[in-house]
Amino acid sequence: MTRTTFKGALLATTLLSATAATAQDAELIIESWRNDDLAIWQDKIIPAFEAEHPGIKVKFTPSAPAEYNAVLNSKLDAGSAGDIITCRPFDASLALYDAGHLADLSDIEGMSNFSDVAKSGWSTDDGAATYCVPMASVIHGFIYNKEAFEEVGVEVPTTEEEFFAVLDAFKEDGNYIPMAMGTNDQWEAATMGYNNIGPNYWKGEEGRNALIAGEQKLTDEPWIAPFRQLAKWGDYLGDGFEAQTYPDSQNIFTLGRAAIYPSGSWEISGFNTQADFEMGAFPPPVQASGDTCYISDHTDIGIGMNAATDNPEAAKTFLNWVASSEFSNIFANALPGFFPLSNAAVELEDPLAQEFIGWRDSCESSIRSTYQILSRGTPNLENETWNASVAVIKGDESPEDAGARLQEGLASWYAPQQ
Amino acid sequence: MATPSKPGIRWHIVVFLAPAVLVYTAVMIYPLFNTLRLSFFSEIDQERVWVGLDNFRTLFGNTIWSDQFWNALGNNTWFFIIHMLVQNPIGVALAAILSSPRLRFAALYRSAIFIPTILSFVIVGFAWKLILSPIWGIAPGMLDAIGLKFLYQPWLGKEEYALTTLALVSVWQYVGIPMMLIYAALLSIPDEILEAGECDGITGLSAFWKIKLPLILPSIGIISILTFVGNFNAFDLIYAAQGALAGPDFSTDILGTFMYRTFFGFQLQLGDPHMGSAIASAMFVIILIGVCLYLFGIQRRLRNYQF
Repeated sequence: MTRTTFKGALLATTLLSATAATAQDAELIIESWRNDDLAIWQDKIIPAFEAEHPGIKVKFTPSAPAEYNAVLNSKLDAGSAGDIITCRPFDASLALYDAGHLADLSDIEGMSNFSDVAKSGWSTDDGAATYCVPMASVIHGFIYNKEAFEEVGVEVPTTEEEFFAVLDAFKEDGNYIPMAMGTNDQWEAATMGYNNIGPNYWKGEEGRNALIAGEQKLTDEPWIAPFRQLAKWGDYLGDGFEAQTYPDSQNIFTLGRAAIYPSGSWEISGFNTQADFEMGAFPPPVQASGDTCYISDHTDIGIGMNAATDNPEAAKTFLNWVASSEFSNIFANALPGFFPLSNAAVELEDPLAQEFIGWRDSCESSIRSTYQILSRGTPNLENETWNASVAVIKGDESPEDAGARLQEGLASWYAPQQ
Repeated sequence: MATPSKPGIRWHIVVFLAPAVLVYTAVMIYPLFNTLRLSFFSEIDQERVWVGLDNFRTLFGNTIWSDQFWNALGNNTWFFIIHMLVQNPIGVALAAILSSPRLRFAALYRSAIFIPTILSFVIVGFAWKLILSPIWGIAPGMLDAIGLKFLYQPWLGKEEYALTTLALVSVWQYVGIPMMLIYAALLSIPDEILEAGECDGITGLSAFWKIKLPLILPSIGIISILTFVGNFNAFDLIYAAQGALAGPDFSTDILGTFMYRTFFGFQLQLGDPHMGSAIASAMFVIILIGVCLYLFGIQRRLRNYQF
């Protein structure tokens, strides 16, 4: 079904471009890796923009996510890339800006709608220039099966102690796998494990910035403590979790076999169609009741302008519109789980998405600790964190050893940590 | 008699060779040398700079790189050993059984064993991942049915088993190739030789060991070198089953996945075509040395029999 829609969409874009060529309108081509969102762009976002701005035609031309960076780089080098570039956060886009492929957008007026944290994904290290408009973020947390919680008679945990009490209750009950996560694909352990629960220990931005500045080390308590918690997770994952993949975990949870799924908001639309039980979400439990909670509200998608575009004015008009609350509303409701980053208030209809975005009011937002600057060298801190998180969960490495290994790798190339 | 005129350039040779030479040069030889060339450069401040052997110094001298390289090379070697110890003897045995005139349904077995070879490695990778999966797989259930459940492990997720498991999957997929080559070699042995042997009292198994095996040794040599080249170039199955990080904890990382990760980048790791080329060049040298050792050390000592 999706394949035929996709083909139809491809056909439609071809036909559209044939007709557009005859008109005198400025045409903007968008490069993106979000091929899942093709229908949303074509049916909702682009018509809304074109209705307001006659004279500008927009075309959304996505490529496969895994190939996007390579395809985009070669198109930019060859001068055949589109006018509007969807930006990966941090270094991939920073490299494009440094190479002169992305234009500086600091002074477009819509930029004032975004906070510094929101812009951090697409700004130079000193924050002087911002080269992509922040579009969406994903929030980490735990999704749970409400029916399973009622059946076993446990409450949603708010502290770490309660969290493990709930897991123990499920383990004792035996009907549900307490937590659905595997270590085969590695990234879940780091993204949904370490970077999900970590901000509560390193106090979000405070710890993250201190690490970048070299004032804290990965061997310090706030950075080891999340590993200590992960080390205890192994007992609550399903049999054979070592070979369990990410899609396995998704299916285990949506089939109702597991009670808790450590995850992020990007799962919402997929889970809504697959799970036939009611789902809820809770933020990573804090250490002691009453502590400030910190969440990973990770900047994930931005959108910028190809510096070599033929239509810079039209492109800026479009980007300004992307920065507006109108775009935020359309986007947020079409893709529940990808939250707009602008300060403008957005009305969300999906209840699960509302829960996630509600944490922005009660908790402090941060981004994944390894993404900005720290994964620039070799060994790559992000990849090492995947590896270390897996080793800790499986019990192959102690939390202290994992921290020491990461610190050693980081210090080998990152001057402020030396 | 008139002296034959000096032959002109025989254009038909050039014309007939041209397509193969051009295509092969464009898609094989040029990229190969360009890769070697790339490995002597590095990118500094958006400029491509000649750095001589620096990339290789980093690769072998810097422990961050060299540990990964030796780990990958070690894994590659183990991958190759498994193939040599399991795939090729089984291939020879299957061929010997298939060539037995008394075997019924030989054509059926031959096709059934050969079919996995023509499957895409992506299909093989995913199919085996599902078969062995602790959650949906049939492996735990099958072991349970014969009372051996305790033997079950999430093999692909355990460092000590993952590489061997994948090597055996690869053996399962490719065992048809040595089988076919040996089978063809066995069929080409003339019946007269075997009959002469029978007159001398050599029958059954001893006919295989004393007559057939020496005659198919050159084929086994070719298979070994094909296996060597194939294994040290391997990438696809590991990538399909374990991803570019070749988990768990790099226990299935082979030169191909190491090169891929470095060249194209992975997740937050940006691609570095120059270091990637250095690794690719090292792979090329390893394979070249292996093939030369075989050609000069073994191939020349093998005796070929003409019938």
